[in-house]
Amino acid sequence: MSDGAVPKIAVHGLEKSFGPKRVLDGLDIDCGVRESLVIIGGSGTGKSVLIKCILGLLHPEAGSIRIDGVETVGMPRGERTRLMQKFGMLFQGSALFDSLLVWENVAFGLIQGRGMERAKAREIALTKLAAVGLGAEVGELRPAELSGGMQKRVALARAIAAEPEIIFFDEPTTGLDPIMADVINDLIIKCVRELGATAVSITHDMVSARKIADRIAMLHRGKIVWSGPAEDVDDSGNPFVDQFVHGRAEGPIQMEVRAL
Amino acid sequence: MLTFLASVGAAFFAFLAATGRLVRFALLGLAAAFAPPFYPRLILRQIVAIGYYSLPVVGLTAIFTGMVLALQSYTGFARFNAESAVATVVVLSVTRELGPVIAGLMVAGRVGAAMAAEIGTMRVTDQIDALTTLSTDPFRYLVLPRLLAGLITLPLLVVVADIIGVFGGYIVGTYKLGFNAASYLTQTETYLERMDVISGLVKAGVFGFIVALMGCYHGYHSRGGAEGVGNATTHAVVSASILILLSNYLLTTAFFGSK
Repeated sequence: MSDGAVPKIAVHGLEKSFGPKRVLDGLDIDCGVRESLVIIGGSGTGKSVLIKCILGLLHPEAGSIRIDGVETVGMPRGERTRLMQKFGMLFQGSALFDSLLVWENVAFGLIQGRGMERAKAREIALTKLAAVGLGAEVGELRPAELSGGMQKRVALARAIAAEPEIIFFDEPTTGLDPIMADVINDLIIKCVRELGATAVSITHDMVSARKIADRIAMLHRGKIVWSGPAEDVDDSGNPFVDQFVHGRAEGPIQMEVRAL
Repeated sequence: MLTFLASVGAAFFAFLAATGRLVRFALLGLAAAFAPPFYPRLILRQIVAIGYYSLPVVGLTAIFTGMVLALQSYTGFARFNAESAVATVVVLSVTRELGPVIAGLMVAGRVGAAMAAEIGTMRVTDQIDALTTLSTDPFRYLVLPRLLAGLITLPLLVVVADIIGVFGGYIVGTYKLGFNAASYLTQTETYLERMDVISGLVKAGVFGFIVALMGCYHGYHSRGGAEGVGNATTHAVVSASILILLSNYLLTTAFFGSK
């Protein structure tokens, strides 16, 4: 991110708790225009909560979230709905609408969110399906008829269909075999570059993180404990990052595991 | 003693909080009706799902209810030579009470459960969050069409239930109990007032709204995977059934309490 420029996403002092459990504890992070930021961290450290707060799906107790310099915490529903047009999201479980055909899933944001005619939206949906390597015949299937990898690709096509400025990827390769995971990583890089979008991904798949990130940040106990260029992640000098990257049980990160 | 009072107080405040959440949910759903975009196709789809597909179950329960009512009232009234009141009792009971209540309970079991399961599954699989990220308000897209469809469709179902229920009484009255067909129909028509039908239809509208509201509310707030969806379905049916019976009493008092 260039110094002095307004960040695409600026999060400061973000706090979010669920009951007595404080998940985000004064978190600060920025993401520059057209930057691909990957947030890594163990399970249950609040990565998904952070993305959901930025998207407005969860409401933080304190802190600020600015998109293009505009404060979004406490934004009225109408404004929030308009702001959503800047966003695309690939959910961990794909979250495809099982009552709709595949092409209707991809075209959903165009038809319902932007009021586009179905015929035109279908044309765009088929183009986006082709961009993720799926033929027009797949468009006529139901999501339940697809494999996990195909569902992820449809979800990616849906996330990019409305050509958003910011795309969020929640564990994009979780549950996929290594080859399909690599296909998804390549598609993410291709789609984000072609759109000129800003990308924020969360993952604990280090292969994926190294491949798709310009910058990597590590989240631990509700705070960013390290942030730097993707190429520095293996040589960060940060004990949390070192332990996570090398997948060691010993280190400053203590998993809450009960003795057998 | 203090522990007991504290638990009663806590339960009372929890009840108030739940009521507040439910009212807020209903208002958010209804508020969506006052600003575009609107989804008439979704409302129509819900009307078909609630109304058309509930016709067999509502029709069957209505006809058997009418038949049993005729039999039981005959048995009772025969003890003091008032058999001729059977037709009147059947038509008043069906239009005022049994038509709307039985249709409401049947629809709560069939449609309320389905709504809670569908929306609950959407919740636990992130589909509702996906709607939001696709610039679509879940209250406008999911909740409002169901609330309106419930409000519109149940009165239509009750019209059918009333006719079938009265017909059930007529069948038993004329073929089993030996009433003259023409006099049975005359009795039915003579003592039926417009308000009897209207009150039943108003009740049906309220019951339809309750069924849809409970289905949407419990589905929308379901948590924790398949078990959460199962719980949401149970809660939707149980709470809708209780609220239907409670509101039936209140509406009956409002319509006929002074008579």
